[in-house]
Amino acid sequence: MRTLEQTTQEILDLASKHFNVPEGSLAPDDDFFRKLGIDSLQTLELLSRLENHFGVELPDYEVQGVSDFRTLASRIQSRL
Amino acid sequence: MLDLTKYQSIGAALNDALDQFANKVCLIEADREREKERLTYREFKERAYPLAKALQDASFQAGDRAAIIMTNQSKWLISAYAILYCGGVLVPLDYKLTPDELWQLLKHSRAGSLITEYSIWRQLAAAAARSAATNLKTILVTEAPSNAPLDGAQRWENFSGQGEPVFVPRKRNDIASIVYSSGTGGRPKGCVTTHENYLEQGHAIAQVIAFEPGIRYLSILPTNHVVDFMMGFLLPFTCGATVVHLRTLRPEFVRDAFTRYKISYMMLVPLILKNLQKGLEARFAALPKGKRAVLDALIRINRALTRDRPRVWLSRRLLGQVHSAFGGHLRAFGVGSAFIEPATLQFFLDLGIPVANSYGLTEAGTAVSVNDPRAPRTDTVGKPLPGTEVRIVNPGPDGIGEVAVRSRTVMSGYLEDPALTAETIVDGWLMTGDLGKLDPTGHLQLFGRKKNMIVTAEGKNVYPEDIETVFEGLPVKEFCVFAANYIWPRRSMVDEQLVLALHLEPGQHYSEDLRREVTARNNRLLNYKRIHGVVILDEDFPRTASLKIKRNALAERLALLDRATAILPL
Repeated sequence: MRTLEQTTQEILDLASKHFNVPEGSLAPDDDFFRKLGIDSLQTLELLSRLENHFGVELPDYEVQGVSDFRTLASRIQSRL
Repeated sequence: MLDLTKYQSIGAALNDALDQFANKVCLIEADREREKERLTYREFKERAYPLAKALQDASFQAGDRAAIIMTNQSKWLISAYAILYCGGVLVPLDYKLTPDELWQLLKHSRAGSLITEYSIWRQLAAAAARSAATNLKTILVTEAPSNAPLDGAQRWENFSGQGEPVFVPRKRNDIASIVYSSGTGGRPKGCVTTHENYLEQGHAIAQVIAFEPGIRYLSILPTNHVVDFMMGFLLPFTCGATVVHLRTLRPEFVRDAFTRYKISYMMLVPLILKNLQKGLEARFAALPKGKRAVLDALIRINRALTRDRPRVWLSRRLLGQVHSAFGGHLRAFGVGSAFIEPATLQFFLDLGIPVANSYGLTEAGTAVSVNDPRAPRTDTVGKPLPGTEVRIVNPGPDGIGEVAVRSRTVMSGYLEDPALTAETIVDGWLMTGDLGKLDPTGHLQLFGRKKNMIVTAEGKNVYPEDIETVFEGLPVKEFCVFAANYIWPRRSMVDEQLVLALHLEPGQHYSEDLRREVTARNNRLLNYKRIHGVVILDEDFPRTASLKIKRNALAERLALLDRATAILPL
């Protein structure tokens, strides 16, 4: 079972890879809309990637209003 | 289709539709690739009646207000019909708002009943602002897990009355719904919409966009929005068509739904249309050279053959693979809510997929003008709908002025705000605050805004007053939020931004600490509501005798600054 820290780190790594930003440039409290310069649809694409990676299903509503990696990680963690 | 001009209320029209089309499928609900529900009009009625009866047993009266906060799903429409059947007033609220904002609107609307989903209720119930909505007596929650704490709510699925409910007739001028166009920041704008507004709007749109049994409408815009309420409920239902709900907006599942459910129409916002365009362009770019050359040639032929008007049947033959990616039954996309570049509209038109670009606002009862999908123009938002008058107020030499609308679809006013109503509806004309002109063929073109607000590519209206509270307590002398285009008007509706005007304390500088504080507060806002940058003004903001900021005077003062250098991006 992953810890929340591990889940968060894996999300940061996946986001860096998916949106081509240098590894290590993202932090748990970063606002991913602003930091990655993405819109709500691109966020949904990222969620699909994360679902595949973690093997969980996240209803759209569960991530409504979430904009930082840490909160996103806790939502995923609760479903692992 | 039912003749909506003959009905007194939406409820009465829906009653007839449920009987007339009893054996046809009215609703399909899917979650990702899983179909969850498929209801005929008869089954829809059988679901709604016990709910209506239970509401009546709980003393729900004509004119009582009932709020719905739900994602797009069958229970949204079933609940709405039950409320209308009982003569109630719908208060559809945006599930994307924060719990505190929702409680504020529940309080303002004085809704006595609330119907919501368990996942939303969990957050609402935990919010401190819950104590504000004292009118709320009945709370129904859908899809609650069996042992979940309901915090004073009841299960929607168990809220069921025995026997037939009594239909409560309403008159055309009675209130059908209160739809909030904005106002979560302190001055709620609850558009009071009558049965006549909806019936006339449905009648007018049906003359431009054909709905009939067999038509399938993919509903992805939130149903609380007037557009989906009309296009994804009232119109298809009164025509015997089918509404498809998809409980996710993930692009891969939306694409899949087109083919799975043979979709005929879908209303969307520019952001999604552009995303579809990007996806297609990427697929075209990945084609081997030879195939790409053939595709380009076919697109050119299609463009030539459909130059005067779309011929979807012909385009489906020429560009079969492109059309089959959209299920092969798509008649048109509808787009509105925000500005869309003509190039994107042309991209789809070249593929033989018409896009009915339109213009509307909640206050006007949905659409003001719509491009006829049989003859769409990419440079306009179409002609005013039948029964809707548009005039341009105080036009300049270029013919551009404020768009004013007169129609039986225009709301009766803002709930409990006669002053704002009087400012907005002048001598029977709805002053939209949008700048436009009518071309010689009667098509409306839009050029920008007069009002202090922005519309995002996701179709979200954001008013500065609604987001200012997040900056309360900022360590500066005073502040005020503006739409940048309101300060520095420009003839454009692209890349609209909000800015925070700051007047610093004497000797204070716009330090890195202050920038960080502004950013931290900004990040508390939903992403589409955030400010883009800061503008510093080293003088007192003009204020009224009661010390309210005079926004117009302040905007005029800020306009003297150079936009290019004045906005300091966060």
